[in-house]
Amino acid sequence: MNERLIELKNVTKSYGRVFAVGGINLHLDRGEVVGLLGDNGAGKSTLIKILAGAIPPTSGEILVRGVPVVHWDASCSRDAGIETVFQDRALAVQQSIVRNIFMGREITTWLGFLNVRKQREEAERLMREIGFTSKVFAPDSIVGQLSGGERQGVALARAIYNKADLIVMDEPTTALSLTETEKVFRFVRTVREGGRSILFIGHNIHHVYDIADRFVVIDRGRVALQATKAEVGSAERLIAFMEHIAHPQGIAGVTA
Amino acid sequence: MSSILERTETTAPAPAAQAQYSAKRRFLMDNRAAMGTLMVFVVMIGVFMVASPDVFTSWDIYHSVLVTLPVALCLAAPLVFVVTVGEIDLSFPATMGFSAWIFALIVQAGGNPFFAIAAALATGMLLGLSVGALVVYASLSSLIATLGMNYMLRGLILIVTEGKSIALLDLRDSGAASLFTGEVYGLPVQMLWALGFVVLAGLLFNYHRFGARVHVVGDNPDSAGQMGINTRRVRVATFAFMGLGAGLAGVFTTLVNFTWWPTTGDGYLLPAIASVFVGGTPTWGGIGTITGGVLGALTVAFIQTGIVASGLSGFYVQFFNGLIIVLALLGHRWNQKRYR
Repeated sequence: MNERLIELKNVTKSYGRVFAVGGINLHLDRGEVVGLLGDNGAGKSTLIKILAGAIPPTSGEILVRGVPVVHWDASCSRDAGIETVFQDRALAVQQSIVRNIFMGREITTWLGFLNVRKQREEAERLMREIGFTSKVFAPDSIVGQLSGGERQGVALARAIYNKADLIVMDEPTTALSLTETEKVFRFVRTVREGGRSILFIGHNIHHVYDIADRFVVIDRGRVALQATKAEVGSAERLIAFMEHIAHPQGIAGVTA
Repeated sequence: MSSILERTETTAPAPAAQAQYSAKRRFLMDNRAAMGTLMVFVVMIGVFMVASPDVFTSWDIYHSVLVTLPVALCLAAPLVFVVTVGEIDLSFPATMGFSAWIFALIVQAGGNPFFAIAAALATGMLLGLSVGALVVYASLSSLIATLGMNYMLRGLILIVTEGKSIALLDLRDSGAASLFTGEVYGLPVQMLWALGFVVLAGLLFNYHRFGARVHVVGDNPDSAGQMGINTRRVRVATFAFMGLGAGLAGVFTTLVNFTWWPTTGDGYLLPAIASVFVGGTPTWGGIGTITGGVLGALTVAFIQTGIVASGLSGFYVQFFNGLIIVLALLGHRWNQKRYR
């Protein structure tokens, strides 16, 4: 049986009388990639923010490795090993790969001076671990010179260095080309093989279907579907399901 | 992965292949801005040498620049930190005047000059800290808020002193004066101190946790905050460092002149800012260069001296000041790539 990493039990978030998230039950196991799907306004962002501890849930329970956590907040989230990677604002693009990986957790020698050599070596190791095969980029390369997919790789390397167990990737492939998307997929698979989990959020159902082992579809603040890849069977069936919850009566004039 | 092969709508161009950087090439890339400034400086000195070879081949002109340059260096180096973190400080001239005032008051009262120096540096740092805290924690525009603080502090000095200067003739024979402003082998000692300060600033900027955080906070505060960096504290710290530099600058001017004026520091606002930007630190934050700032200060210091020494009238100084600044900015514009 897989080791249970994070579990949400009946988690809600309401703003006054409006429920952004109305009772979510969800779990993430060690070493799996879970695809999170849902239309705009379905509650994806709220869920991400709850996981990151940026907003507290109104009710419900959050369990980390089976242990319920009271007063869930950003530091609980960090202690639980959750790191969120936002697509366009994850990295400092004018800085080197090294500076981005060690942002906030620099390796220092005496009096806070940087251990340049050790940071370089560690960055090189992380880049290899994540699957940076390109010889073109060194740890000193400026992130702004990297492609979109490679930037996601740097963000993942940083998450690994920070010992994250669950990496939440917010639409990592939305603005990327085919080649870049495949790069991100390769990085994600390497991270999964290292025993870490990824919550992969996306709009492109084909992307999510290709990379994820399991799918969670949320609709109007509730989990509408939770199924493994084998249960779903094909991307087309997933799309059909998504279309069904978006337009239960069918699209006007396009009745099947 | 055939399904995405069929359905990807967006295509971005693949990144251009780049050669693996050699150590030499990387050094040049890392110091592009500083190299550009060095070129500007060399060309400028070349022009001056052709215009008046007599003046520019004698040591005197360089000596006179080296007497005044330390003050500019103490201001320009910390200002690079402030600009890199994404702020600007216009209050340092008043901080400089205020710290020097504390120094002068203690010396005038018969206090130990070394203690007076320590008190002046502490004053500068404290004022920088206050200005920074005001800007950062009240979320004010640093451009306007520090301008206001500059006027306020200067006004305070003028109100209390009623515009009177303080002569410190006893300083002339003091140990402090010879230690900080004497001469070794014809070289003004304050230049060595200023170089020491600049080297320290350079190490902090490039090889210290503080410098690393100044860079990332200036580049992407959201990301830095998410990684657990207290972005506000980093920003305030750059202002405090600026205050320390201003305190040091104030001490040097007063030690060199044996006099404190209520206007001490006023003349350094624009040259110090010009030094930073001529040096190649861009205005948008995230990157900066201390080496460039030093070369910028050197360039700015030579413009004035050089033009007067070339036999042109003092009326040309402002024009050439502006010309060099604009040319340097144009050069850096072409030299720098902005990622965003």
